[in-house]
Amino acid sequence: MQYLLMLYSDESGWSKMSPAEQEQAMGAYHAYTEALNKAGVLAASNRLRPISTATTVRVANGKTQVLNGPYPDTKEQLGGFYLIDVPDLDAAISWAARCPGASHGIVEVRPIWPTQT
Amino acid sequence: MSSREGDVQARNTAGAVARRSYGKLVAFLAARTRDVAAAEDALSEAFASALANWPLTGCPSNPEAWLLTVARRKVIDVARRRRSGEIAAAQLQVLAEELGATATDVAKDIEVPDQRLALMFACAHPAIDAGIRAPLILQVVLGLDASMIASAFLMSPTTMGQRLVRAKDKIRQAGIPFRIPEREELPSRLGAVLDAIYAAFAEGWADPGGTDVARRDLPEEALFLGRLVTELLPEEPEALGLLALMLHAEARRRARRNAQGEYVPLAEQDPALWDSQMIDVAEALLLRASALGSIGRYQLEGALQSAHVYRRRTGHANWTAVVQLYDALWALSGSPVVAINRALAIAETEGAGAALCAMQDVAADVRLNEYQPYWAARAELMAKTGAYSEARRAYEIAIGLERDPAVRRFLQRRQLALALSRLQSDII
Repeated sequence: MQYLLMLYSDESGWSKMSPAEQEQAMGAYHAYTEALNKAGVLAASNRLRPISTATTVRVANGKTQVLNGPYPDTKEQLGGFYLIDVPDLDAAISWAARCPGASHGIVEVRPIWPTQT
Repeated sequence: MSSREGDVQARNTAGAVARRSYGKLVAFLAARTRDVAAAEDALSEAFASALANWPLTGCPSNPEAWLLTVARRKVIDVARRRRSGEIAAAQLQVLAEELGATATDVAKDIEVPDQRLALMFACAHPAIDAGIRAPLILQVVLGLDASMIASAFLMSPTTMGQRLVRAKDKIRQAGIPFRIPEREELPSRLGAVLDAIYAAFAEGWADPGGTDVARRDLPEEALFLGRLVTELLPEEPEALGLLALMLHAEARRRARRNAQGEYVPLAEQDPALWDSQMIDVAEALLLRASALGSIGRYQLEGALQSAHVYRRRTGHANWTAVVQLYDALWALSGSPVVAINRALAIAETEGAGAALCAMQDVAADVRLNEYQPYWAARAELMAKTGAYSEARRAYEIAIGLERDPAVRRFLQRRQLALALSRLQSDII
């Protein structure tokens, strides 16, 4: 089954870190991604740019509304994701727990709705 | 054999199989697909077929295997109707091959593997809402219907039904595995299973008179589940501890009400009314658990029961041991409920004043505002220290919070006795 691990955290935490700490954090993510790769479970992953770059779009009554900023505006933001393919929820949870993001934020685990092809 | 006799026999056999193997069959049918609801539907159709066929053909030699074969065909029928496309075809192929493999074996004695424990772990998975775990286990392992479970848990049947459906959907859609967790994970995951079983027991326990038909059977079902877990995991001390705890409590059921149906508190119960055989089994379980060398909540609570039962032989409870056990439980759980019971035990060893001091620590906990035993304990202790108006007020709150009429009457009698004794002392 495929699961999307969504990494939520407080973005301001990153800017408060010293360059050495940032490097260490990047290293942790790099190692984690490698581990997923080695296990053969990684389907996709990406890091998102900060919410200051976000734009929200909605079409209502035929009108397109474009808003500056993220949806919704909360303390913790979606900062990246991993799409993994594992046998069951327990396996997905154990990968989520290893993710560095789980230690400085929250990792939401969501099963992917399988498409019938 | 007349058709009537055949009917009765079919019904009895189907009933016996249902009781014995319902959960086994659900677990086996759903293990691969994780679709508990589909397994239950198929199984109930299979039971219906059994009731229609067995009176005519006689009961099969292996009723469990018969039901399994029929239920599996139903599962495949449903899958075929619901799905189309290549994936579905491949899945059906797997199912059909599996069916073919067992269909020929059915006549022989195939043993349906017991995956009930794995099913229980799925039901008590951390991804399942804690409040629905016990009802879910009662339904899928024992086959109890939603309305019965609903009334036992004081919930509307509609709400209970919806929550059970949602929980089963979650198992299937989120991919919760049917598996006994690995060694390092087992203690915490087993804790959730044991908590669910204990919740079922405690719900039934709330109706000690056994007046409520729906609730009367719950302790028995919980004991069945508790025994099942100890049979499947004989080396888990907490599972043994839980079973001991439940047996100890169950052993005193008859003593909790007098002939008039009035509530009798533990301290005033007649030990002769306790079920000594059940107590002996519980004590042996605790001994077995302690030999495994890992203490936990249920063993401590079982040991507490044991310290109370001490009275059976000596005429008085072992209050020093009770206080020590509550100390350990308090350190383990930090639960305000434990703190209250610990204070009541301290009242026996050091007096009411010391008990009130001990209770001071948790008095600010807002969870206690609506917890009847807290107010009853407070009333009792206040009365002993002579703070009568405080005691009266605490009884008033306790009475207002209690849902069992017999316990309510008991508290009212205590409150009245307090007022009378004051009146007498005023006159003298």
